[in-house]
Amino acid sequence: MDLISIRDLEKKEVELILDSAEKIHSGKKKPDHSGKILATLFFEPSTRTKLSFQSAAQRNKMGVVDFLPETSSLKKGESFTDTVRILEGYADVLVVRHPVEGSVRLAADVCERPVINGGDGANQHPTQTLIDLFSIRKTKGKIEGMNVHLVGDLKHARAMRSLAYGLAMFNAKITAVSPKGLELPKADVDEIKAKFGCSIAVRDTLDPRDADVLYVCRIQEERFADPMEAKRMKEKFMIRKDDLKNAKHGLVILHPLPKINEIESSIDSMPQAKYFEQAHYGVPVRQAILDWALSK
Amino acid sequence: MLKVDVIENGTVVDHIKAGSGLKVFVMLGVAGGYSERAALVMNVPSKRLGKKDIVKIEGKTVSEDAASMIALLSPGASINIIENSKVAKKYVVSVPERLRGAGTCPNPNCITNREECVREFTKEGERFRCHYCERLVGAEELV
Repeated sequence: MDLISIRDLEKKEVELILDSAEKIHSGKKKPDHSGKILATLFFEPSTRTKLSFQSAAQRNKMGVVDFLPETSSLKKGESFTDTVRILEGYADVLVVRHPVEGSVRLAADVCERPVINGGDGANQHPTQTLIDLFSIRKTKGKIEGMNVHLVGDLKHARAMRSLAYGLAMFNAKITAVSPKGLELPKADVDEIKAKFGCSIAVRDTLDPRDADVLYVCRIQEERFADPMEAKRMKEKFMIRKDDLKNAKHGLVILHPLPKINEIESSIDSMPQAKYFEQAHYGVPVRQAILDWALSK
Repeated sequence: MLKVDVIENGTVVDHIKAGSGLKVFVMLGVAGGYSERAALVMNVPSKRLGKKDIVKIEGKTVSEDAASMIALLSPGASINIIENSKVAKKYVVSVPERLRGAGTCPNPNCITNREECVREFTKEGERFRCHYCERLVGAEELV
């Protein structure tokens, strides 16, 4: 079974994966896929996604092969789809990250093995969404009805676009907070409202007083045509300890990481900061995803 | 009254939304280097549309895919297939629910503009979603 986009999943399937991740995290479930091999094909840099998938595979008793674009036949001009066709003969499941949007869907089209999207350009990052939903459920007890402030570069961050959809699926309240010009694309807002009837408030300044979850992402500098514009946005959008003075008791701060300067470092030690925990949840959630992909 | 000769064998695309005729002309591949007679008539008075464009092409039959593309530009346009100077077939184009192998995703960072693959778009409301990059785009943007 492929996992390419959060749009491909029904709510019950998301719940199934989250419940499975919960059991794995608590030690009640130990997936065993001995003899199976995961291939990781990352055409863009990654720390958490790649390593947590490799860790998850090993915890599921699987082997791992890692494709490195810089030392591969891509340098000789081999196409992306040919590369995928070769790798499917070496593994039982593939995780692919690529800067071009739709590339992982194309990989799944040419590959008989399950393909999991590790992020395709500014489009989708469905496994991050599952980790985010799991993190909200773990830290707040539920997703339904939570007021989640999505803060930062909502235009370019694939994690935010996937998450907005996932939150709407669970009837959470979404408050989209971004500098002017980096708003959640209107097409996404309209789609979410039409499909799930959920409310999305739009703001251009930070005010976390009514937030249950503050989900922050960095300015996606690499997706800006003008680096000076990216720099200006980075300086303008930073969360400081003072901004949290009037926040609700029990506020949780999440971030897909890496964070650059959008969260003041003194916040890291506050009890509200759960982003390192969130990154660690990547392993049980991705164990559950591999288990789901191989079991279907 | 502007007079354009009848064609013997070919296609007349009528009731094109005024202003879209040139795009239809280009899309059908008769804008440059076409050896047969072809005419684009713009802003012709029309009872139904007020104003319309018409395209006449000698020696070319519009395929089903091309008719779908015309529908994206101008829903309600009519295709007349001409054989021996008579209308052999006439139909009104309709916007398809799904486009496969036709249309171009306007997203320059979509894989369909980088690697060879069969393009696919699905209608959602008044717009189309690219099967690959998932971008929702207007019908005219696909042409």
